[in-house]
Amino acid sequence: MSARVLPYVLILPVTLFLCLFFLYPFILVSQQAFSNGSELTLDNFREVTSHWKFPISMKNTLLLAAVVVPIQVALALLMATMVSKMGKGRDLVLYIWTIPLGISDLAAGIIWLAIFDQSGFLNSMMHGLGVIDKPLNLLSYQHPGVVFLAIALAEIWRATAIMLVILVAGIGLIPKEYYEAAEVFGASPWKRFLRITLPLLRPSLQTALVLRVILAFEIFAVVAALGGTLFPVLMGETYAYQFDLLNSRAAAAMALIILGISIGFTLIILRVLRVPKGASI
Amino acid sequence: MTDAVASAPGADTRKSARFLYVSAVVFLCAWVLVPIYFLLINTLSSPETVTSFPKPFLPEFDMGSLTFFAGFAGILTALKNSVVVAGMTMVMSIVIGAPAGYALSRFEFRGKGLFRLLILLTRAFPLPLLALPLAVLFIRTGLDDTAFGLAIVHTTLAIPFAVLITFSLFSGIPIELEEAAWTLGCTRLTAFTKVVLPLILPGIAASAIFAFVISWNEVFAAAVLTIENRTLTAFLLQNLDTSPLHLKFAGGFILVVPALIFIFAVRKYLFAMWGIANR
Repeated sequence: MSARVLPYVLILPVTLFLCLFFLYPFILVSQQAFSNGSELTLDNFREVTSHWKFPISMKNTLLLAAVVVPIQVALALLMATMVSKMGKGRDLVLYIWTIPLGISDLAAGIIWLAIFDQSGFLNSMMHGLGVIDKPLNLLSYQHPGVVFLAIALAEIWRATAIMLVILVAGIGLIPKEYYEAAEVFGASPWKRFLRITLPLLRPSLQTALVLRVILAFEIFAVVAALGGTLFPVLMGETYAYQFDLLNSRAAAAMALIILGISIGFTLIILRVLRVPKGASI
Repeated sequence: MTDAVASAPGADTRKSARFLYVSAVVFLCAWVLVPIYFLLINTLSSPETVTSFPKPFLPEFDMGSLTFFAGFAGILTALKNSVVVAGMTMVMSIVIGAPAGYALSRFEFRGKGLFRLLILLTRAFPLPLLALPLAVLFIRTGLDDTAFGLAIVHTTLAIPFAVLITFSLFSGIPIELEEAAWTLGCTRLTAFTKVVLPLILPGIAASAIFAFVISWNEVFAAAVLTIENRTLTAFLLQNLDTSPLHLKFAGGFILVVPALIFIFAVRKYLFAMWGIANR
């Protein structure tokens, strides 16, 4: 086979697969969201946005992302720089730090349930320290702050690893000469981080943020395991429309809203962290 | 950066900085491991201990919870379904994705930029949402509530990663190796199977494992697309309200164990793949 045709033959399976199971369902979901069975309409969107739970779940989803993502960026940057100058033990530490990457959001929710549950380890610890006499039902409507904290902690615990991996790979691409030169000129470690690592890490930061923010808007199972109905989020409402209310048009409209937010934020991140042409390494 | 250059007052701050650094590393390791340890305690405790208070901080090595888990109606089928779906996802994403990874690393062709954009777009997309329209489509084609139908959705999730990982793997093997094989009488195909394939087989295995983990962990699409043939994640999710605590914890633990092993198996390749993907 000639070298002109071969690449197209090789990418054909993926392209076909993605057209059939990615682009086509995407068109289907849009159709469903904008129709009431016979004509084009915005009724489905009106229906879901006017539901009393919609503003709350929107607020919860955005608030959670706004709290969790910046902490994860800071934590991942810290971990990545710590690992970059580690000698022995680097492999072990990196393995431990990337373990949550393989853990599903549902399992992460269950893990933090073991801590925050009424008979859980947090209560046991507080009891051991003499702070409380009998266990508190922490994950209840009386403690909305604790519910939020538990979900946020579970998210930070679970999903920082993906950013860490991307940033460690990105730091590995920065030529060592820059650091050596900076050291010769007497730049402090903090200055080296600020003037070399951060700017050169921009493409990786961009990827990590886009991926993370999109996943943050998809938060679902962690909330289901820890907060249940106490903390409604967009994806959970979508699931409820599809399953409990058997209203797939409303679910499709919710899906498009989540998609819209994701695309909006992706564009903002790409714009804010854009890499000037010709400045990449 | 050696200690020999440090002057006397500097050595003291350096020592405390070193102490701070080590304790931060230890703390962050504990931050990851301790919650998993708590889950382990719960899993290895009798159902009574799981709901008792205060909790012991050491496991009592009672198999009560795990036996209950294994005996719970439908859970072993769910476990089997999870493995089957993840296995199918693994095979499909490699078979479909690897050729594209090879094409991206070896050829310059028109539309390459567009193709890469399609792959990146797939990655930057709340994919589980596509399970909603696919549920309707699958009912029409008879794929609803089957392992294969769910595996297709999971393959869509895993394919961008499969393409990017294999792309970086193939890029790591110099084309000169292949060219040498051609001059020695190999065809393009035999050069590939005899020279390139043996070299990247471990990497292919790693990306297959990665696909397995993606499918194994996926919750939303699994819960939407399966009713009778539920996977373990879907089963646990749908029984969250009703199932007793020790069942949740044992189930969570069974979900975590393969993750621990798999991340260990692919740890070398995790970073290589993202390094290339960002260029």
